[in-house]
Amino acid sequence: MSTETTGWTTPADATVPLVDRLHGWVTTVDHKRLGILYILYALFFLVVGGIEATLLRIQLIRPHNAFLSPEVFNQLFTMHGTTMIFFVAMPLVFGFANYLVPLMIGARDMAFPRLNAFSFWMTAFGGFVLYFSVVGGYGLYGMATAPDVGWFAYAPLTAKTFSPGHSTDFWTLSLLVSGVGSIGTAVNLITTIICLRCPGMTLGKMPLLAWLNLAMAVLVVLAVSPLTAAQLMLVVDRYLGGHFFDTQAGGSAVLWMHFFWVFGHPEVYVLVIPAFAFASEIIPVFSRKAIFGYPVMVAATLAICFISMSVWAHHMFTVGMTSLSNTFFVLSTMAIAVPTGIKIFNWLATMWGGKISFRTPMLFSTAFLFQFLTAGLTGVMLSSAPFNWQLSGSYFVVAHFHYVIVGGILFMAFAAFYYWFPKVSGRMYDERLGKLHFWLFTIGFHLTFDCMHVPGLLGMPRRIYTYEPGRGWDVWNLLVTVGVLFQGVAVLIFVANLILSYLRGPLAGSDPWDAWTLEWSTSSPPPEYNFAVLPVVRSRRPLWDLKHPEDPDWKYE
Amino acid sequence: MGPGPLSPTDIFAPVSTPAQSIFELSLFVLSTAAAIFVVVFSLLVYAVVRFRKRANDDGREPAQVYGSTQVELAWTIIPVLIVLVLFLTSARVIFSVQDAVRPPEALQVTVIGHQFWWEYRYPGLNIVTANELHVPVSEKGHPTPTFLKLLSADTDHSFWVPRLAGKTDLIPNFPNSTWIDPHEVGVYEGQCAQYCGTQHAKMLLRVYVDSREDFERWVSRQRQPAQVSEAVAQGRAIFERTACINCHAVQGTAANGTFGPDLTHLMSRDTIASGAAPNTEAQLRRWVENPDSIKPGSKMPAMGLDTHELDAVTAYLVSLR
Repeated sequence: MSTETTGWTTPADATVPLVDRLHGWVTTVDHKRLGILYILYALFFLVVGGIEATLLRIQLIRPHNAFLSPEVFNQLFTMHGTTMIFFVAMPLVFGFANYLVPLMIGARDMAFPRLNAFSFWMTAFGGFVLYFSVVGGYGLYGMATAPDVGWFAYAPLTAKTFSPGHSTDFWTLSLLVSGVGSIGTAVNLITTIICLRCPGMTLGKMPLLAWLNLAMAVLVVLAVSPLTAAQLMLVVDRYLGGHFFDTQAGGSAVLWMHFFWVFGHPEVYVLVIPAFAFASEIIPVFSRKAIFGYPVMVAATLAICFISMSVWAHHMFTVGMTSLSNTFFVLSTMAIAVPTGIKIFNWLATMWGGKISFRTPMLFSTAFLFQFLTAGLTGVMLSSAPFNWQLSGSYFVVAHFHYVIVGGILFMAFAAFYYWFPKVSGRMYDERLGKLHFWLFTIGFHLTFDCMHVPGLLGMPRRIYTYEPGRGWDVWNLLVTVGVLFQGVAVLIFVANLILSYLRGPLAGSDPWDAWTLEWSTSSPPPEYNFAVLPVVRSRRPLWDLKHPEDPDWKYE
Repeated sequence: MGPGPLSPTDIFAPVSTPAQSIFELSLFVLSTAAAIFVVVFSLLVYAVVRFRKRANDDGREPAQVYGSTQVELAWTIIPVLIVLVLFLTSARVIFSVQDAVRPPEALQVTVIGHQFWWEYRYPGLNIVTANELHVPVSEKGHPTPTFLKLLSADTDHSFWVPRLAGKTDLIPNFPNSTWIDPHEVGVYEGQCAQYCGTQHAKMLLRVYVDSREDFERWVSRQRQPAQVSEAVAQGRAIFERTACINCHAVQGTAANGTFGPDLTHLMSRDTIASGAAPNTEAQLRRWVENPDSIKPGSKMPAMGLDTHELDAVTAYLVSLR
């Protein structure tokens, strides 16, 4: 096994000048380096989005607070949502997919390396365009105007009449640009998974992470296209005399909602399916058991993909669709809970009868199971349209989706960070700092997002820069804000752990977790070409077969 | 009914049929979700405790179990049945609330959402008012519901008074409707629930459910034109000479603007600026002098009146009973 490392060089290597090393990173088409670039980009914006959230929560710590003006508050919640979805969660998902998929299917790189680089830089440029609005969005008000129309930018608030100036245009353009990057990466992933699997790895033998990223990529292609179309229509409305969404000229506000949510709902599955992928790789390794029910896990994923294209109007239950339409979307939304719930049971069954080791990746994965269960159940509450007529547009919904995105997706992303950090960097992270990160973040998460459900149930709408006292919301908002402090400190500890371990952590070796998929068969970090000789596999867990020649998986699959 | 609500906007303290139907359904959905939670949570806790690696572990891998058709079938079929029941119970309430037939004796009100206030027109009664909605109480034996037609003059809004009904959006160019039949006299609070711009947060709602007699009294008063008094002639002159009348109407005078709230019976309201401030002389004066000091970003400009003009205009406004 080659130990040559031309990917991530250790700091001690001073033979290559810094300029050339940076140039190497900027011009790279190596899926591993692009994966790292995506992930570092996402981490940076995670901190930026977190600061935006902290500012919002300081303003909401008590009623009639005057920490932020309504104009700034409205820009902050728009930027927070847009940043977190498009410049944290999406890059994170693409970054991990980029790094892991070729390695796990025994390929040397993605199918289209240059498209890969192009897609990354388009995504990165999109983030730049969005944040340029802070200084460049001058409208009639003459002040820094980041977009303030909310991350889903309902019409006609985005019409020129109601949003003069360019703030909305920065929002539109940044999503258009990064959308191109998303579709490029998706096409790349689909092609890679379909065409570049190593010999012996039929579709039925590839790791669940590969299946789930294939599903995610298909959803990206299907979902981002309507968003791009809607953005173009909005530009036509704002600048070329169009009236698609211009209600003052007979256009339709509801049309925008349909276009946006046809994107928006599959989008959240784009974000959560990779979290399922991480869980499906990490939980088995730390339970020392194969994933329970691989074929049904694949079938459930495909079912989720398919059904997720048909649920979008559950975001529109209060809009005034007919009772028949509302009823259909209740059914489709509740239906999707079935395959999703099944996955939780399969992960639970994987742990059942195992020997669970609670290292940091497994701590985050276990918390994910509890939290995703809760998030799914609040989702079922929201899927009942009449209940939704009270809950929608309130802090109950905000609590629900943060429970999924933070409690589900971010927790599994942390698990994935810790699990694959040794592979990517060649060094082991500090376990005590990892556990400290976990406990602090979990306490903060629950303080914030458990409490957040209550004001929703007591009638507090979302997107309000201040609120009335005497409605029973005050103490809950205070607790929600306090939880942010714990989460902030925890994330700082996490970043410190990454940096310190990268610089001084003990060497990890190629397979520190005694795992079973192909990425653990190369060195840590892998050489630029991944595998000196392309592996030939016979089962879903090729390294289990090597380590247990008396009891290989291919006898039982 | 049980103990009082935890809050004036508590969704679990309904006083009107739509909110009541939702409340009953929500109890069923909540208990189902809670039951599922308890079962799965317990299994997770058990797994975490029972199957953790012991300190004296022998290092051998546990038995590799790849699946079980019976178990997987069971945990597919049971959720499907649960979904079916939840779906059917939800569908029933959708139809009963959304497709309720409007009885002929129902009160009809047209609600028009504006950035950042509520306009109410009672077409049968020739009344135009703002921000505080008055409806008659609806007795259980002899229901007199109020049916609200929901329109918007600008962006999307949403009418949400949790104790009365679920929210329904006001979307320009897309008329909606909702209904309430509150059976308890009182004042019910809410606010706009669809982000509509800078002052979305202070587009508050107050629904006054009056006894039959009080409602009739309110109606007959609202139908009167404005009271004319010589004592406030100067204030009225300033009001009608400056741009106030471009936006505001006072029935029976030259003021007939419709961009802002109708002020004919301004002093019959408890609050101003759609609930952003109490309706006192001092607050009115402050609002007219500088609206941004109460509701920054509202569409009312500061008219640049001097102290004397402010006093006069305030005195005029206070006379509009």
